[in-house]
Amino acid sequence: MNKQNQRWIILIVVSLFIMPLLGIAAEQAVPINRLLKPHKDENRLLKEDGIHDPANPELGKLKEPTEVLKTLEPGKSGNFVDWSASLEKGKIKPQYDAKDPSAQAMPMDLNVVIEVTGSAPNVLFPHAAHLKWLECNNCHTAIFEAKKGANKTSMEKILKGESCGVCHGSVAFPVNDCERCHSQKK
Amino acid sequence: MIISRYRLIHKACVTSALGLAIVLLTGLMPGIQAHAEYGDVVLNNTSKAAGMNPVIFPHWVHRMKYSCRACHESLGFKMKVGTSGITMQKIFAGEYCAVCHNGKVAFETAKCQLCHTGKKELPTQVHRSTKQTLVSPLE
Repeated sequence: MNKQNQRWIILIVVSLFIMPLLGIAAEQAVPINRLLKPHKDENRLLKEDGIHDPANPELGKLKEPTEVLKTLEPGKSGNFVDWSASLEKGKIKPQYDAKDPSAQAMPMDLNVVIEVTGSAPNVLFPHAAHLKWLECNNCHTAIFEAKKGANKTSMEKILKGESCGVCHGSVAFPVNDCERCHSQKK
Repeated sequence: MIISRYRLIHKACVTSALGLAIVLLTGLMPGIQAHAEYGDVVLNNTSKAAGMNPVIFPHWVHRMKYSCRACHESLGFKMKVGTSGITMQKIFAGEYCAVCHNGKVAFETAKCQLCHTGKKELPTQVHRSTKQTLVSPLE
């Protein structure tokens, strides 16, 4: 075997070893935060979702996310539903009060622009979109002071479930949907 | 010369087999994780001790019909998982879930297995929350 052939074989062997490693890196690379696992999922049947007990005979009586959620406005993450758009387009009409079906939300239309210290675009916080689901004292003052600039937050806090992360990252759209909050060019 | 060629082939086989094994392993790993809906809450504060399966509360079903405020303001459900202190005594007395789950607005609370649907070993958690998906999950 001449030296050139040997070099080729070594190159092939080395690349065979490196390529799967590159594949793993691509699988685990997170576009936003290195601490977060990649988001790659879809709506599943209840019996196949890993937390429901498939032996439960009543499981068939419950609504299936695969059936129901596709009737709503599609979203990029979370339940793969854009809940706000679904509300705006009248696909869902959530009752504002548990006991009083006639109670209506009174959304205060006040946008707050929050300057961001990092390189990301500034955040626009729309009160109106939130008040269609919530009322003032869900956030004020246990989570946020009702004063502009009084609430120092960070992505670290949010990832840990504080500040915006009380809802965004457990129920409201998750934090890997960056541009929905960071929407204002500097 | 012949020996070294065989060695090279041997090495090539071993390394590619290793690489293949790594790819297969990482490909299979997501299959082990649960794939429930974002915001599914598992409640197992008292279920396990009572010999019941934990409760799975699907946020997605409820938010189609009710605003967040409907439960988190007027019915006393706290925002933080497992902190509301819900017990079956309170529910049977008409509090919390039973405000709607009374057989009129929604199915009655006597239908145990419609709520206690979780696998036995599951701890109290918000499924697929950011906290849970951090590489080093917080407690």
